Amino acid sequence: MSMLLVQAIAFTLVCYAISSVIVLVRLVRGPRAQDRVFALDLLYMHAALVVLVSGILHQSDRYFEPALLIALFGFVSSAAMAKFILRGEVIE
Amino acid sequence: MSALRRLVPAPLTSAGLLVAWLLLARAPGSVDLVIGLVLALAIPHAFPGLRFNDARPRRPLVIARFVLRVCADVVVSNVAIARDTLRWRWRRPAHAFVVIPLELRHPVGLAALAMVTTIVPGTVWSELALDRSAMLLHVWDAPDPSAFAVRFKARYERPLREIFE
Amino acid sequence: MTGASPVVEGVVAALLALSGLLVLVSALGFLRLPEFFLRMHPAALAYTLANWCVAIAGTVYFSALEGRLLAYPLLIPLVLAFTVPVTTVLLARVELFRRRLAGALDTPPSITPPDALPPDAMSGDG
Repeated sequence: MSMLLVQAIAFTLVCYAISSVIVLVRLVRGPRAQDRVFALDLLYMHAALVVLVSGILHQSDRYFEPALLIALFGFVSSAAMAKFILRGEVIE
Repeated sequence: MSALRRLVPAPLTSAGLLVAWLLLARAPGSVDLVIGLVLALAIPHAFPGLRFNDARPRRPLVIARFVLRVCADVVVSNVAIARDTLRWRWRRPAHAFVVIPLELRHPVGLAALAMVTTIVPGTVWSELALDRSAMLLHVWDAPDPSAFAVRFKARYERPLREIFE
Repeated sequence: MTGASPVVEGVVAALLALSGLLVLVSALGFLRLPEFFLRMHPAALAYTLANWCVAIAGTVYFSALEGRLLAYPLLIPLVLAFTVPVTTVLLARVELFRRRLAGALDTPPSITPPDALPPDAMSGDG
């Protein structure tokens, strides 16, 4: 693997890391439940991307299924939380 | 026709399952193809609740052109939104809620429309009227909401009506 | 394991760097924009083009490494195309209903015509 690709992957991972910190700030700040659920969903997305890029770095296809699972778990948990805050507010 | 229909009650679900199975198999051989076909035919029978309302999409050419158009729109509007986000301080996009009257009634067609609006950045599906007569979109940059509604209907709703109705 | 050709590695490097930048811009927009519906637009960048770039980079790279077409990374954008709209639409509904309950002035009223309301409209989850 050439130096260029390794550096590009390092750059990408650093970008993902900074983005995750930024999204964490939004997660802590809120202000409301839907902002936090959306921030969590974005963090799941970043995690899946990090795993995929790691797979390219290590030239292995074993990283693909974990990334897919992270994306699916992110969907299930965010959809459940979104449904919960939707129901709680509307039924009242 | 009816025998085929009984065998494949949900062609969309079956096709999706087969494609997913073949992609997961990395380099599909004939064994994977057989297992994938069995799964794709058996799962809609085992889980009738998961079927796409037995939708029968028509016109493969229109579908292909529609998918390509959506992909191109995704790329274009990604660039536009990234640019607008970076210069938010200097130029605010004319964001607005736009009500779009709908003629599309097919539930799967409406689901596809919801998918397209959320996949393409710049539009967020916000509400569908309970009688399906209109939908509410939040649009990132719509200086002229009525013109946007007309363009949106021609670009996305018309091909979906051709496909599903 | 041996590497791929320099051209392939260059393309993969460019795609990955583009994806990193897009995710960064989407996170910045998500933090900076003042209201929920506005924030959803930049967040969509991470779900679409940033994702596609990584999937295409993986497809190109692994196909070049093994010398045959391996399209499995494309399954992730495909799955996301079905899952992300569900979460997004639910959250948009949450925001819209909460704003209407709170009586926010910049929120449009319900678009359902009053005569089209079914009798059990308030209990349905549409």
